[in-house]
Amino acid sequence: MSMDMSQYLDVFLEESKEHLNNLNEQLLELEKNSGDSAALNEIFRAAHTLKGMSSTMGFEDLADLTHHMENVLSDVKEGMLQVSSGVIDILFKCFDRLQMLIEQIEAGGSGAVDNSDLIVALENIKTSNCETAAVIEPTTAEMSDQRIMTSSAKEDFSFNEYDITVLKEAASRNLNIYYIKVMVDDSCLMKSVRAFMVFKALEEDGEIIKSNPSAQDLDEGKFDTTFELTYISKITQDVIISRLNTISEIQIPAIRALDVNMVSAASRTANTAPDHEVIDHDVNSHKKNHKTKQTVRVDIERLDNLMNLVGELVMHKGRLEQIGASSKLVELNETIEQIDRISTDLQSVVMKVRMVPIEQVFNRFPRMVRDLAKELNKEVDFLVEGKETELDRTVIDEIGDPLVHLIRNAIDHGLESPEERIKNGKPERGTLMLRARHEGNNVYIEVEDDGWGINIAKIKERAVAKGIVTAKEAEQLSRDETFDLLFNAGFSTSEKVTDISGRGVGLDVVKTKIESLSGEIFIDSTPGQGTRFKIKLPLTLAIIQALMIAVKDEIYAVPLSSVDETTMIRSDDIKMVQNQEVIMLRGNVLPLFRLAGLLKVPGITTQDEDMYVVVVRKAEKQIGLVVDRLIGQQEIVIKSLGKMLVGIPGIAGAIVAGDGNVRLILDITTLF
Amino acid sequence: MGNETSMHFQSSYAQDKDIQVVAFKLGQEEYAVDIVNVMEINRLTNITRVPRTTGYIEGVINLRGNIIPLINLHTKFGIAASGAEDDKRIIVFQYDDIKAGIIVDEVSEVLRLSEKEIEQIDKIYNAINSEQITGIAKINDRLLILLDIKKIFES
Repeated sequence: MSMDMSQYLDVFLEESKEHLNNLNEQLLELEKNSGDSAALNEIFRAAHTLKGMSSTMGFEDLADLTHHMENVLSDVKEGMLQVSSGVIDILFKCFDRLQMLIEQIEAGGSGAVDNSDLIVALENIKTSNCETAAVIEPTTAEMSDQRIMTSSAKEDFSFNEYDITVLKEAASRNLNIYYIKVMVDDSCLMKSVRAFMVFKALEEDGEIIKSNPSAQDLDEGKFDTTFELTYISKITQDVIISRLNTISEIQIPAIRALDVNMVSAASRTANTAPDHEVIDHDVNSHKKNHKTKQTVRVDIERLDNLMNLVGELVMHKGRLEQIGASSKLVELNETIEQIDRISTDLQSVVMKVRMVPIEQVFNRFPRMVRDLAKELNKEVDFLVEGKETELDRTVIDEIGDPLVHLIRNAIDHGLESPEERIKNGKPERGTLMLRARHEGNNVYIEVEDDGWGINIAKIKERAVAKGIVTAKEAEQLSRDETFDLLFNAGFSTSEKVTDISGRGVGLDVVKTKIESLSGEIFIDSTPGQGTRFKIKLPLTLAIIQALMIAVKDEIYAVPLSSVDETTMIRSDDIKMVQNQEVIMLRGNVLPLFRLAGLLKVPGITTQDEDMYVVVVRKAEKQIGLVVDRLIGQQEIVIKSLGKMLVGIPGIAGAIVAGDGNVRLILDITTLF
Repeated sequence: MGNETSMHFQSSYAQDKDIQVVAFKLGQEEYAVDIVNVMEINRLTNITRVPRTTGYIEGVINLRGNIIPLINLHTKFGIAASGAEDDKRIIVFQYDDIKAGIIVDEVSEVLRLSEKEIEQIDKIYNAINSEQITGIAKINDRLLILLDIKKIFES
């Protein structure tokens, strides 16, 4: 039986990642509380499923390793093995190996890896603690017996009017109608695959008009071990049986021809309600920790495409509005209003579709914190808040690395060792908080520890030693300015600076990354009490507010997030300081740059008395950008300029404006 | 944004090594590109200049919501533009995940070239651009310079 499994590979990979995630999460729970039987059961269940899935898919090494894990787990479950830190460590190691295997398979590998080291370790745990591996076999066998008993489902179907019409028509065409009951072996774990194969085999020569549970549930594996089908075909019962028998792990406990008249009679008496109840109950108990929301996995490219089209629609709606305004047709304008409403809704729905809970990123941290804390001999309570906060997919993909950086820093340098904490009169265990929340059009993510805090004097000392600031400058630096020194690239290039609570290891990288996401990062710290890094991110990078400005004949968009204000100055306000044009703005010296010059805009420069200045912010510094005209604020859909034009300094992307022309978006951080 | 449809298709039957090309004019010279990578041919639309790029990036256009960069082969090859403004076209190419266009003075036709009509060029022809030229086709008394569009976009 050769069956192309490749179409299931994606599903396998996704599901095994979910299981692995779950395993890690639950094992952390179990580590915290070794009596947590719910966590243990969950681990056992996930490992068992993973084993079945991987052996069905033919990844033997994966299945073998999970099998040995399962053995150890079942000893734990039976109370024959204590949950010691040794056991937990080995299991975590196994999870890492599984992760590696899955990644390897994902990259197109065969999933063949020598796991003998871990298997030996697992065996050692088992034998050193107990010698009763044999005892486990019969218990599991017993369990599966029970399951078969309970799974003997009832046979009657309920048909609706439509089904009966179809059946009657089939009968009039002399087609056979069959009732087929299919049982999947209890050991088979990718049941949906088997069900699919049954459907495929049958539909070659006929039509399945009804299935119980529904085809969708079967597809999602939401059934016990049996399912029932009503099948219309010209082939005989024997052919059906022989055909189904070629599918492994499948049995046919019942098959019989149906009489249409009987069926229609039965349908009137059949009550569908209990049927539903049974299924619902099943689903609930089956997936206790997962909400049974129905979801679809969609290629992100398709969403981008959809977004593109919505952008186009909005653009053309704009044109329509212009036509409507000039034509003064009441009916047309009413329709345009409707279209306006619908397209606004459509836009926000598409935006929402692209939103993903930050959980995706946060989920890997508990495990990382645990490992790091262990490695560094620190005791850490890791608390996560606001996992459900949603962010645009584009941001989610990028935010992981900076957060890893901050968390590592916090554990490595932020938190004291348990002894030091006790000495300083703090609780032995340090606390690390990871928080995410919405606020307006932004998402805030905070990483907060209750460790040393930042020693301002030492940072200044260090910065002077590194030549970043002079001793004199250092004296005048405010608290916030001093913290900002940590983000200076020169500050962090050196060896680890653990003695000053070590902040600054690669923080410039973090800052650059956050800024590339149009975000900002702030530090707050109280010596002796802890440090808080606060990251402010836009909800999405796809649609932003922008200020449209014009220089000669060209129009550009400036992201509103980097605009502080706009102002008008007179040309005689401009002063020269070291060959640099500046103006005084409310007592501050503001360097001036002319956009026409920066971008070498062609055309004649006009000399006006009054000039428009857009005050933009680049890394805490304000800069004045001289432009010819301010057009106004606008919501823009950012588009990439494509591979060919990537990385032009000062240009962040492009938009398609309401008139169909392309306009470029300025990137303030790289413009000057 | 009506696509150019009035093109003459030479009725010849496909032979083993035939290629189909789009022939166009740059100044007085005739060029051709393999049709496989041609996505569409459009009239000139508004081109937005992209500052801080090399001279032969003419700018970007909006093609149904996609931003398409345009390469000016005139500047790249040092050929003066000629012909009526109305005859100028943008040929948009797509290969791998790159979409880009070139501006030409006139699109003449789509034709089929057999391998024997194509002559490999000597490196002598033009030391700078020979990399981007795959050969020269001789049809009657016309000379068509075959461009390797991928090389042009990658350079």
